[in-house]
Amino acid sequence: MLEGCFTVLVCLAAGETLRRVTGVPVSGPVIGMALMVALLTVRGGPSAAVEQTCGVLLRWLPLLFVPAGLGIVQYLGALQHQLAAIGAALVVSTALAMAVSAWTMQAVMRWRMTREGAESQSMARE
Amino acid sequence: MERVHHLWLTDAAEPASWLLVTVGAFLVAERLQRLGRGSPLLNPIPVAVLLLAGCLALTGTDYATYLSQAQFIYFLLGPATVALGLPLYRQRARIRQHGPEIAAALLAGSVTAAASAVGLAWALGATPEVLRSMAPKSVTTAVAIGISEQIGGIASLTAVFVIFTGICGAMLSERLFDWIGVRDWAARGLATGVSAHAIGTAAILKRNELAGALGGLAIGLNGLLTAVWLPAAVSLLH
Repeated sequence: MLEGCFTVLVCLAAGETLRRVTGVPVSGPVIGMALMVALLTVRGGPSAAVEQTCGVLLRWLPLLFVPAGLGIVQYLGALQHQLAAIGAALVVSTALAMAVSAWTMQAVMRWRMTREGAESQSMARE
Repeated sequence: MERVHHLWLTDAAEPASWLLVTVGAFLVAERLQRLGRGSPLLNPIPVAVLLLAGCLALTGTDYATYLSQAQFIYFLLGPATVALGLPLYRQRARIRQHGPEIAAALLAGSVTAAASAVGLAWALGATPEVLRSMAPKSVTTAVAIGISEQIGGIASLTAVFVIFTGICGAMLSERLFDWIGVRDWAARGLATGVSAHAIGTAAILKRNELAGALGGLAIGLNGLLTAVWLPAAVSLLH
């Protein structure tokens, strides 16, 4: 467990350091996540300790959003006149993103399948 | 006696008390969702937020005092974001198998989500802080909060927008896909993960395992992708 915590914190610190040194506009923890994927790829998989630490963090991930979410109480008054705009924008954009993404995925899959089908047919003819 | 009472009160106000109440409220909220057969409407995050808002109002505690005691939980968001690398690593075989279509769908979904939300909210008269807080709303919460802070949004607003988006997505996805005629479960799962992160994915996972796996993959990749392009786009616009 301790070794897992250490690995996670090293990735986090390295991510933050990389962000400061290179000045890329990506947050430190996200760079840390990419570093974690790279580390796991190099090592050929997670150790038991890393798996355990990540498992605990991910199991309780929703809990971690509660303090930030509660901060909305400070803004409710100021947001009163924008609630309808916010609600409409969130609902419509979610449906739109879902549809566009699903259509794109399905279209590219079909295109690849017909292309592969055509390739194997032409190979069969040869 | 008064002195003892005073001591007890200061003791109760020690840094850990609101931390304890937060964890307690979350456990109650989780149990409520289980009683409601896992309905996305009873998502434990907004339920716990409502319970805690009630506690804050009843005790007359302000948010700054609350956060000073519960900030340990907030700190854990960084390590938890790093931990998201593990499920992403586990999906590497699928990335190789479906590479081109995943890349195309991710890019299309990620840009559509941010651009349509910001465009629509702007047209309806939302303020600049709200627009900045809304831009990363389809990204998983931990990453979205990071992006929001970077582009000048408000973390609390982003957290609420992200969660609302997830609940919307969970309730929409099945009906929407039937309606627009997308039958493929891989496409359904990926689109749900891109547009409605973990809350949407949890709902579609119950219907189809392949969809759940692609949703999980989309959450991680969309976090990475949006974290790269969105702050760059915002700095270009200025």
